[in-house]
Amino acid sequence: MTAYLLRRLLALAATLLGAALVIFLVLEILPGDPAAVTLGLNAAPEALAALRTEMGLDRPAPVRFLTWIGGLLTGDLGLSYTYRVPVTQLIGERMMVTLPLAAMAILLAMAIGIPLGAVAAAHHNRPGDAAVMVFAQAGLAIPNFWFGLLLVLVFSVGTGWLPAGGFPGWSTGLVPAFKALLLPAIALALPQAAILARVTRAAMLETMQEDYVRTARAKGVSRRRTMLRHVLRNALIPVVTILGLQFSVLIAGAIIIENVFTLPGLGRLVFQSIAQHDLIVVKDLVMLFCTLVVLINFLVELLYGVIDPRLRQAD
Amino acid sequence: MTTRRDLLAGVGVAALATPFPLRAFAQAKDSVVIGMTLEPPTLDPTSGAAQAIREVVLQNIFEGLVAMDRTGKIVPALAESWTVSPDGLTYTFKLRGNARFHDGTPFSARDVKFSFERAVAPDSTNAQRWIFTPIAAIEAQDPLTVVIKLKQPTANFVYGLAWGDAIIVSPATAADNKTKPVGTGPFKFARWNRGDRLEFERNAEYWGPKPALAKAVFRFIGDPQAQVAALRAGDIDAFTNLSAPEAIPQLKADPKLKVTLGKTEGETILAINNAKAPFSDVRVRQAIALVLDRKTIALGVYGFDLDYIGSHFSPLHPAYVDLTGTYPVDIAKAKSLLAAAGFPNGFSCTLRLPPPAYARRGGEIIAALLAQIGINASIEPLEFPQWLERVFRGKDFDLTVIAHTEPLDIGNYARDDYYFQYKNPEFKALMARIDVTIDETERNKLYGEAQRMLARDAVNGFLFILPKLTVTKADLEGMWTDWPLPLTPLAEVRWR
Repeated sequence: MTAYLLRRLLALAATLLGAALVIFLVLEILPGDPAAVTLGLNAAPEALAALRTEMGLDRPAPVRFLTWIGGLLTGDLGLSYTYRVPVTQLIGERMMVTLPLAAMAILLAMAIGIPLGAVAAAHHNRPGDAAVMVFAQAGLAIPNFWFGLLLVLVFSVGTGWLPAGGFPGWSTGLVPAFKALLLPAIALALPQAAILARVTRAAMLETMQEDYVRTARAKGVSRRRTMLRHVLRNALIPVVTILGLQFSVLIAGAIIIENVFTLPGLGRLVFQSIAQHDLIVVKDLVMLFCTLVVLINFLVELLYGVIDPRLRQAD
Repeated sequence: MTTRRDLLAGVGVAALATPFPLRAFAQAKDSVVIGMTLEPPTLDPTSGAAQAIREVVLQNIFEGLVAMDRTGKIVPALAESWTVSPDGLTYTFKLRGNARFHDGTPFSARDVKFSFERAVAPDSTNAQRWIFTPIAAIEAQDPLTVVIKLKQPTANFVYGLAWGDAIIVSPATAADNKTKPVGTGPFKFARWNRGDRLEFERNAEYWGPKPALAKAVFRFIGDPQAQVAALRAGDIDAFTNLSAPEAIPQLKADPKLKVTLGKTEGETILAINNAKAPFSDVRVRQAIALVLDRKTIALGVYGFDLDYIGSHFSPLHPAYVDLTGTYPVDIAKAKSLLAAAGFPNGFSCTLRLPPPAYARRGGEIIAALLAQIGINASIEPLEFPQWLERVFRGKDFDLTVIAHTEPLDIGNYARDDYYFQYKNPEFKALMARIDVTIDETERNKLYGEAQRMLARDAVNGFLFILPKLTVTKADLEGMWTDWPLPLTPLAEVRWR
C-alpha cells in the first residue's frame, strides 16, 4: 500500500512539473506586453521600460521560469501586474467566495441528483422514471448562465428577495453572504444534478441485474432495504467518479456564473486577469486549478477503497 | 375566506412594509451605491493609464492644483488662483492654506514640488509624462506659493494639471497609494473588496464645501445583463456608463430610473494606416470617407443616434467645428475616386478589431459599407493586448476601429511614430504653433484649422463620439452626465 502511494505521489509530482512547463511556455508565446497594457496609448518609452523592470520582465525566460517554480514551492506566487499586491493574497480572498460556492453547488447537486436517480431506477419504465429523465434532459440542455439570469429575473428583479449579484463579504455576517451565494449555487448545481441523476439511475439499473441482489430479495430482505443497502451503495462508485470529474466542469462553470452574478471569486479572477493581461495571475491560477484537479482525482481513487472494501483488499 | 392569492399578497406587503422602507430611508439619507463596468487595477492614477482609476479617485480622494468641472472648464482646486507671466514661461500658483491630507498632514508647496518631480523621475511609470516635460524648474517659494518655470510657452500646461496623472500626493504616503490612497479630496478611502466593491467615506476635514454623502460604494459589474438586473432590482443607485445600450428603452420606461445620454471625449474612428499602400493615396481615404454612413453604424451598434464627428475633436471642447458634412455619403463619387487611384474594381485588405462592441459590431457594418465600392475588408478580431502589440505598437494593420478616449488628443496626429502614421509637415507646424499660442481665442481658431486639415486629408474615418449612458435613480442628483474627463466626482451628489 505504501509503495503504491509513493508511486502515485511521484507520478503526481511529474504531472505537475509537466503542467507548469506547458503553462509557462504557452503564456511566453502569447503576444502582448503587460507593461503596454497598463500604461495605455500615450505612454512614453521611458515609462514603459521602468515598468518592465519593476515587473521583472527584463530578465531572460529560463531565469523567470526557475524563479516562478521556486516561488511556487515556497508559497510565493509573485506580485500581480495589475493589482500590485501578492497573488497569494488575491487568491486567498477569492477562495473565500469560490470554495463555499462550489461546496454549496456540489451539496445541492448531490441532494437533488442522487435521490432523483434512485427514484427513477426504483420506478424504472414508469411515470416517475420518465419525469426524472425529462428533468435531467432539461437540466443538461439549459445553459447555466441563462438559467442564472432567469433566477435573477424572478428572485431579484421580480420579488426582490435576493440580491441580483455581488458579494457583501463574510464580515457583514453569514446571512447576507449566504443570500448572495444562493442563486449562483443553484445555477451551478442544476446541470450537475441532472448528470448525477442520470448516472445514479444507470448505475443502479445495472446493479439491479446482479446475482447478489436477487439473492438478497430471495432471502426475504425488503425491496426498500435492498435498494438502499445493496443497490445504491454498489452503484456509488461510478457516481463518485463522475463527481470527481465534474470538479473541473464546476470550475469552468464558476468562471461564467461568477461573471453573471459579479461574484469576486477565482473564476472571475481568471477572466479579469486574462482580459488585463495579468499573466502572472493567469499562470498561478491555471497551475492552481491543475493541482486541484490532479489532487481530486487522486482523492477519488482513495475514496473507492472507502466505498468498496473489496478494492482495498485487492491492492 | 382567505385564498392563497390573499396570503401571497399579504406576504408581499409584509416584506415590503418592513425591511424595504428602512433600507430606502437609510440610503436616502447619506449613502450611495454606484455601478461601474471595469474595476480599477490600483487606486493610484500616477501608476497606470487605466481609465477606471481616474474615474473613482480623481476629485474624490485625490486633487490636483486645478480641476475640471462638469462642463469641461478648468477651475481652481488645491491652487486658489494662479498667474502667468507675460512671456508665458512662469506660472505662480497660490495654494489653499486650509487643505490637509487624509492622514492629517497639512498640504504645502513642498508636496507640489515632490509630486511633479516624482512624475518625471527615471523610475516613474506615469502614463502622461507630456504634462510635466515642459517644466524647467519648480520652486516652493513659501509654504503656500509655488513657482513653475517652463522651457517654452505651453498652451495646455494648466489643462494637463487637471488630469489624474497630475494629482498632488504626500511624500509620506505616495508609495502606498496603489492600495491605500491618501489624498486631500472630499472623500477618504475606507475599504476595497477586490473584484466586488470599493468604499469611500466623507472627509469631515475637507477644505471645501462638505459633501452631502457620508458614504459611497462603487460596485464593479462587467456583464451588461447583470448591470441592468442590478439597476432594476434596486441593488445600485446609479450606473456611470452602462454597457447595455439595447436595454435603454426598457430602463427609460421605468419611472424609478432616470436615463441620460451624454457626451465624452471618446472619438471613435476607423483608423487607417496612412503609410501603407493603397491607403497612402488620399483619394483612397476620401473614397472610404464617402461610404461611411455614420447613422447606419450608430444604429447598428447602439440602436439610437449619436453625436457624429467629421474630424478628430470632441463637441465638448469650445474649439469644436462641425465637419460632418465634408464627405456626404456618395457611392458613385467614391467609386470614381477609387478608379482614379487605380482601383476601378476595389481591392482586398484586413480590418483588425479590438473587443469593445463599438469595434466588433461597428466593424461588421463598416466592412459591409466598404464592400459597396469593392473594398473587401476581411475581419480579424483581436484581444486588447494583442491589438496593442500588433496594431498600435507594431503598426501592422490596414484598417482598425478604436475609440481615442483621452481628451484633446488631436496632437497625436503630429507624431510621426503614431500608429496611423499621418506624417504631414504642415500639420506638425500647425500643432507646434498651437502649443505656444497662449491666447485662447487665437488658439481655438488654430484648433479649427487643424480639424479642417484632418477632415480634408481624410486621415481616418471619423465616426462618432462614444456616448456616456448614465442611469440613476430618479431622486438622485448631481451625477456627471457628460465626460469632459472620465470622472465620477461625488462631492455634489445628493438625494432629493
